[in-house]
Amino acid sequence: MTTHAHTAERLTADDWSGGTFPYHIGHKKLGMWLFIVSDALTFSALLIGYSYVRVSSDQWATPFAFSPSILFSTSMTLCLLASSFTMVMAVAASARRDRRKARRWIGATMLGGLTFLALHIYEWLHLIEEGLRPFGLAQGSAFAKEWTERWPQASPLFGATFFAITGLHMFHVLTGVIYLGYIALRIRRKTHEDVEISGLYWHFVDLVWMFVFPLIYLLSVDFHPAVH
Amino acid sequence: MEEATTPIEPSAAATEVGAAGTDAHAEAAAAHAPHGHHGPPTGFIRKYIFSIDHKVIGIQYLLLAIFAAFTGMFMSVLMRLNLTWPGHKWTILETIFPLGAPGGVMTPEFYLSLVTMHGTMMVFFVLTTAPQGGFGNYFLPIQVGAEDMAFPVLNMLSFWVTLVGLLVLISAIFVEGSTIVGNTDFVNNFLGGGGTGTLGPIGGWTGYPPLSALGKVAGPGQGAGATLWITSIAIFCIASLLGALNFITTLLNMRTRGMSLMRMPLTCWSWFTTAILALLAFPVLLAAGVLLLLDRHAGTSFFIPGGLVFNDVVQAHKGGSPILWQHLFWFFGHPEVYIAILPGMGATSHILSTFARKPVFGYRAMVFAMFAIGLLGFFVWGHHMFISGMDPRTSIAFSVLTLSIGVPSAIKTFNWLGTLWGAKIRFTVPMMFAIGFVSLFVAGGITGLVLGQTSLDLFIHDGYFVLAHFHLVMGVAAIFGMFAGVYFWFPKMFGRMMSERLGQLHFWPTFIGVYCIFVPMHIMGIVGMPRRYASFQEYDFLRPLDPLVLLVTIAAIVTAAAQFIFLFNFIWSIFKGKRASGNPWEATTLEWVTPTTPPPHDNFGGHLPTVYRGPYEFAVPDAPEDYVMQTTPDAGEGNVAAAGAGQGSGQGVQGSSGNGHNGQH
Repeated sequence: MTTHAHTAERLTADDWSGGTFPYHIGHKKLGMWLFIVSDALTFSALLIGYSYVRVSSDQWATPFAFSPSILFSTSMTLCLLASSFTMVMAVAASARRDRRKARRWIGATMLGGLTFLALHIYEWLHLIEEGLRPFGLAQGSAFAKEWTERWPQASPLFGATFFAITGLHMFHVLTGVIYLGYIALRIRRKTHEDVEISGLYWHFVDLVWMFVFPLIYLLSVDFHPAVH
Repeated sequence: MEEATTPIEPSAAATEVGAAGTDAHAEAAAAHAPHGHHGPPTGFIRKYIFSIDHKVIGIQYLLLAIFAAFTGMFMSVLMRLNLTWPGHKWTILETIFPLGAPGGVMTPEFYLSLVTMHGTMMVFFVLTTAPQGGFGNYFLPIQVGAEDMAFPVLNMLSFWVTLVGLLVLISAIFVEGSTIVGNTDFVNNFLGGGGTGTLGPIGGWTGYPPLSALGKVAGPGQGAGATLWITSIAIFCIASLLGALNFITTLLNMRTRGMSLMRMPLTCWSWFTTAILALLAFPVLLAAGVLLLLDRHAGTSFFIPGGLVFNDVVQAHKGGSPILWQHLFWFFGHPEVYIAILPGMGATSHILSTFARKPVFGYRAMVFAMFAIGLLGFFVWGHHMFISGMDPRTSIAFSVLTLSIGVPSAIKTFNWLGTLWGAKIRFTVPMMFAIGFVSLFVAGGITGLVLGQTSLDLFIHDGYFVLAHFHLVMGVAAIFGMFAGVYFWFPKMFGRMMSERLGQLHFWPTFIGVYCIFVPMHIMGIVGMPRRYASFQEYDFLRPLDPLVLLVTIAAIVTAAAQFIFLFNFIWSIFKGKRASGNPWEATTLEWVTPTTPPPHDNFGGHLPTVYRGPYEFAVPDAPEDYVMQTTPDAGEGNVAAAGAGQGSGQGVQGSSGNGHNGQH
């Protein structure tokens, strides 16, 4: 009769031969990585679509003045970056099994995320008030007047791409804040890996913004502001 | 990621602790794995409806796909009737569809909505759902030696989200086809209006803008029905994404001891490749779908160019590009073709080897060919767009890449032939369907080489040649793969055999029938018959094709009728079929070592098997039988079956030397 001790030698002993986690990470972490890959594709599709319509348009409006638009969005960016830092601290605290500290750092991360959301919503409302719409511009608005003068051939898709892409990102930040809140609330029952996984998601959402910010904001900076 | 917090199955490593005890990785992995374990559910609802058992979910997916397949098939027969006898009064048609067929005569819009619903049902809810969601769900965990999927609750959600997607798609029929449902405030204000007397949206399964992006102004079948259509697809995308990441995680993390990647059955490789494709392709369609919905309802113009005029009214939209949709759609759409066909390739390899009683010829080459097909599939989407005004240099690049897919496809085909070469073939029904798959794959694939060349494609694009090509290769071939799978795995899924006689009665009319349907279509395409036309009455140059059109219709009706033999066989065998033994086909892989048939809730009765060898060890010299199970440690000894298997088969399945390690430590 063949015993296990005997047959074990005949099994290949590397990580990929089964009975173990080849990447040394659990199901949930692997699942999150895969989700991130797939979500990255969604954002890629949107950003490539945006690039496509922008490149194929005769003219593209660049209405964001350095001050206040870019300064404002830069401070939003800093909020997100800071929240990534606090998330790193949260994961580090969790690695030391210091759950109280981990919860506090997650709280700080949520605060960063919520500040970003608040600023972002304020920015949206401001732009909508100025007359920017998903379908173009509101008739008779401040933007409409300026645009007909300065970018007469501009594609009306500026607002569409802006709201669609930042909107989807905003949705991700909101989901992330709720997710982190759930982890923070139940941190005593969560493993270190659970905290790490929520960190993965949060850093991913940040990373997406690091593509959105230059492509949507910095490429739309108004270098020759009109003199009123 | 709520579902990430559900208790997951103990990993393979966790249950093997104490077996060898020397594997550091196994211990490390065991430390990662939560030791929660869900016991078998009690109560009807948790057991059969909201079940988290991958086997039940697999059967649910399969039944959903069978329903969608018969609905889609019914629609194709209706289309054939209209093409052959346009203007004929079908009284029954008026009874069922008073709006779409006033006086029993099908309107052209009604025909186009049949095209759309048939295509969408078949591509998404049959070809994508059955092979992956159905068989993949049921057999991937068992074949890699796992107790369930990595995320059982997520798995259940994937199914129910898919079902919601199907229901939303079906509801498109009612909002467009009924003046009562289609004219409610909700439909008119929120979904953009319906009740146009079609059977649903008319944009085809590709839903090309600008018409699909404009809403009701673009005509009948572009209102609420089209909104529901794109919503359904977006929902389906999410379900497929969740399913795909579950499959990949299960396959990578939950293989049992000894199940190295190169010991996995080719079915697992095909489900794995398919899941990777789905993970990368569906998010792009999801993004495109969201943009299309924004165009329809938020007034954006991503896919709508300026200057469109409807009913003498210039549309406000401008600045967008319909070509952008084509790029995004086909970046998904081409991998989707492989999502449909790859599981069929896996099942075919598996079944050919089993009934040829020979190892798969060139196992490694099969694996690499599958990956090559999957990889190349992401770089050829432009071949669907040769007539979109694409730069000829771009189309040459797409053309060359497209033709290069012929190489891995040929490797697979010759390896299948190599597997059959010189074999003493057991002509069972699953084997016949697997051979049918090879035949159809070659017949349908070879015309891909014609269509992949820009110069030829410009002439035959949007005609019956294309129609015949993709129906043979991604439609019928994939369906043959599924039939092979059903006949092959039915004994394991339901514990009973399907009738061989009825199976043969199903195979021959289907096999001959599909060739009679699709070979003439190639000829029609070369003559110049365009697709998506409700009738060809006005085209004198197509009149000589009338006998062929009639032949195709007769073949379609006969083939469709033959599917009811399958349906009867399927349902009858569940209840009245001959009882199946644990391993009726004398196959080697892990699904055939489960302690009971159908397998128990945790698949292996609490003790995961250990794998000692590759999946296709048939005709091994010096072995007592002509096959060696993957769980048999030494080829010179008898096959090891799971301990406690209660159903002696008398076919030499049960281990003769009784050295199964299962349950013996």
